Amino acid sequence: MIKVGLIGAGKMGISHLSILGAHPNVDVVGVVDTSKVVNQVLDKFAPFDTFYDIDKMLDTKLPDAVFVAVPTKYHADIVEELLERGIHVFVEKPFCLNTAQGEGLVKLASRYRLINQVGYHNKFIATFEEAKTIISNHQLGRITHFMGEAYGPVVTKPKKYSWRSNPEEGGGCLMDYASHVIDLINYLVSPILKIHGSVMKPIFSNHVDDSVYSILETENNITGLLSVNWSDETYRKMATTITINGTNGKLICDATSIKVFFTTGHCPEGYSKGWNVRYINELAKPVNFYLRGEEYSAQIDYFIKSIMGDVPNTINTFASALMTDKAIHNIKKNHEKNGQNSIW
Amino acid sequence: MDRILFGDNQFFSINHISEQKATQQSIQFRDDDAIVNTIDIAREEGIETFMCTTHERLYSIFDVIRNNNVKYSAFSIYPCMPYAHKYANAVTELGVVSTIKKYIPGNIVSSIYKGGMAMFSSDYISIMKLMIDAEMKMFYHLKTPVIFLQNVVTDLLLGLGMTGIFKYFHDYIRTKYKVEAGFITMNMPMLLEALEHEGVHHPIICCSINKAGFRMSGGIEKYENVLEQKNARIIAMQVLGGGSLPADEAIEYVCQLPNIESILFGASSQKNIHQTVSYIHHYDKLKEFAEPYISQVC
Repeated sequence: MIKVGLIGAGKMGISHLSILGAHPNVDVVGVVDTSKVVNQVLDKFAPFDTFYDIDKMLDTKLPDAVFVAVPTKYHADIVEELLERGIHVFVEKPFCLNTAQGEGLVKLASRYRLINQVGYHNKFIATFEEAKTIISNHQLGRITHFMGEAYGPVVTKPKKYSWRSNPEEGGGCLMDYASHVIDLINYLVSPILKIHGSVMKPIFSNHVDDSVYSILETENNITGLLSVNWSDETYRKMATTITINGTNGKLICDATSIKVFFTTGHCPEGYSKGWNVRYINELAKPVNFYLRGEEYSAQIDYFIKSIMGDVPNTINTFASALMTDKAIHNIKKNHEKNGQNSIW
Repeated sequence: MDRILFGDNQFFSINHISEQKATQQSIQFRDDDAIVNTIDIAREEGIETFMCTTHERLYSIFDVIRNNNVKYSAFSIYPCMPYAHKYANAVTELGVVSTIKKYIPGNIVSSIYKGGMAMFSSDYISIMKLMIDAEMKMFYHLKTPVIFLQNVVTDLLLGLGMTGIFKYFHDYIRTKYKVEAGFITMNMPMLLEALEHEGVHHPIICCSINKAGFRMSGGIEKYENVLEQKNARIIAMQVLGGGSLPADEAIEYVCQLPNIESILFGASSQKNIHQTVSYIHHYDKLKEFAEPYISQVC
C-alpha cells in the first residue's frame, strides 16, 4: 500500500480524495485543509485523519506521496518542502506562478529521483491519447497548422472577489482554461516557444482575462492559433478541441470524439482514406472507480503505478508542466508588450 | 417501477459522444414546447415515468404538467438530485459556506462560522435534509414515487467512505416524502456493498449496463454477478453504451439479463423513441416466451 496524504480538500482536492479513497493500492493517511467545515465533515463522516497544519500531518503520518490541490500561489513552497522530505508529489495545474520556481522544483525532483506529476488530466482522455498515437507515428504527415480551443461558462456575469479573480494568485482564463489547451498543444504538436501576438480580454471580470487569443509557434516551427473563452454560455461545461492539419490529413479531437481525415490509404489500422470518426465510448479504457470522467481516475492510477515502478513517470511531469508555465508566461509578456495591459 | 423510464439528458445538451449533437439538441429544445412535445411523444409510446435532474429549466415544464393534471394523471417523475453543476458553479463563485447559505434558508447555516462554533453530526444531517427539501420544492403536487441521489454525489461520497450519508438520505426520503429512495452510480457493485453495510437492503440502483461494458466500473462480470444474486432493484441506463452499440443488439443484451427492473433511456426524435421502445417490448416478449423452456432445460 502506498501511504498518501492530501493538502487542500477544495473542489479538485475532494475529487482526488474520493478516487484515492477507492484505490486498492492506496492508504489515505492524512488530509490537510484550512476550512473548519471541511475538516469537521470529514472527521464526522469519513474515515480520514484531518489536520490544519501541513508539517503536523507530514511529521505524524509519514506519507510516501502527497497530492497538492491548493491555490497555485502556494504550490512552490509546499512542493519544495515535500521534495526535501523525499515525498513523491502530485500537484494540481497550473504548476507554478513563475518559471524560476518551476525550474527549481524540476531540478529538485530529479535530484532526489522522486515521482512528480501535474494534474493536466486531458492527456488521460482516450480521444486525446488516440490523437497522440496518430501524430507520434507521423500518420498525418508533416504538421502544417494547429488550432487549440476551449470554451465554457465559468464567468458569465460580474463576480465577487475570489482567488480565481486575482492575476497575482493564478486566477484568470489564461492560467485556468488556456493552460489545459497549451499543455495539450505542447504534448500533441511540440512545445510552444514563440508568441507572435496575443490578446487577453476581460469580459465580465474586473481584474483578470476572461478570454485569450494568440498566434503561437512551436519549437519545430509549426504555427497555430489559440482561442479560449470561459465566458461562453453556449457551452454547458468546458469543451476543449484541438485541430491539427498535416500534409497527409487532418485531425479534430475533443473529449467525446476524434475525427480524422486521411488523404491516402496509408493510415493506421482501423482507419481508411477520407473521414473517420471514433468515439470516447469505444476508446475509453475502463477504470476501477469512476468519478466525473475516466481521466481523473486514470491520472491518479498512473501516478500510483509510477511510484510502484509499474509505469515510467513520463506523462505530465513537472518538466512538461514547466513548458506550459513558460508558454503562459510568454503569452502574458507578449500581450503586455503590445501595450494592451491597460484593460484591467 | 415501470419497465421503461424516459430520461432528460437530451433536453440539457448532455451528449456523451458528440459536442456537435449536444449543440443541436440545445437548439432543438430551446423552447419549453419542444420539451413538452417530446415528453408527450414518449407518453404515446406508453412511457409514463420521467426521470430528471432538478434543473431550473424544468420549473416551467412541471407547471405545464400541473396545469393539465387530467392529461398527466398517470404521469410520474423520478427526481435526481442535486443538479450538480448548479452547486459546482456556485462553489466556484461563492465558496462552500456561501453556497449552502444561498440554497438553504434559515439560521442553521450561518451558525457554522459564527464564533467557531462546533457543529454536531446531526447539524450537518439537518443541512442535508434542508437541501433535499429545497430541491424538492419544484415538484409540488407531482407524483414522485422514487427520489434519487445523483451519481456525482453518490460516487463522491462512496469514494470518500462517507457511506453513512446514504442511510440518512434513504431514511429521510422514506419518512418525510413517504416514497422510495434510489441511488445513481457508475460504481454499482461497490455501491451495493456499501449500502448493504449501512443497512440499506434491496436498494433501488440506477447504473450503466451495456454490452460494451461502458462506464461499468469494476468490470462487466461483477455487474452480471450482482444481477444474478437479485439483491437490488436495478435500473439500467446508458444501455446503448453511450451510442456506440447498434440499438437492436444493445437492447437484446440488456433485456436478456436477469433481474433488471427498468430501462432508462433518453432520445430527441419520435423515430428513436419508438424504435427503442419497440426493441424493448420485442426482446421482453422473446424472453418471456423462452423462460419456461430455459428453466425446463436447467
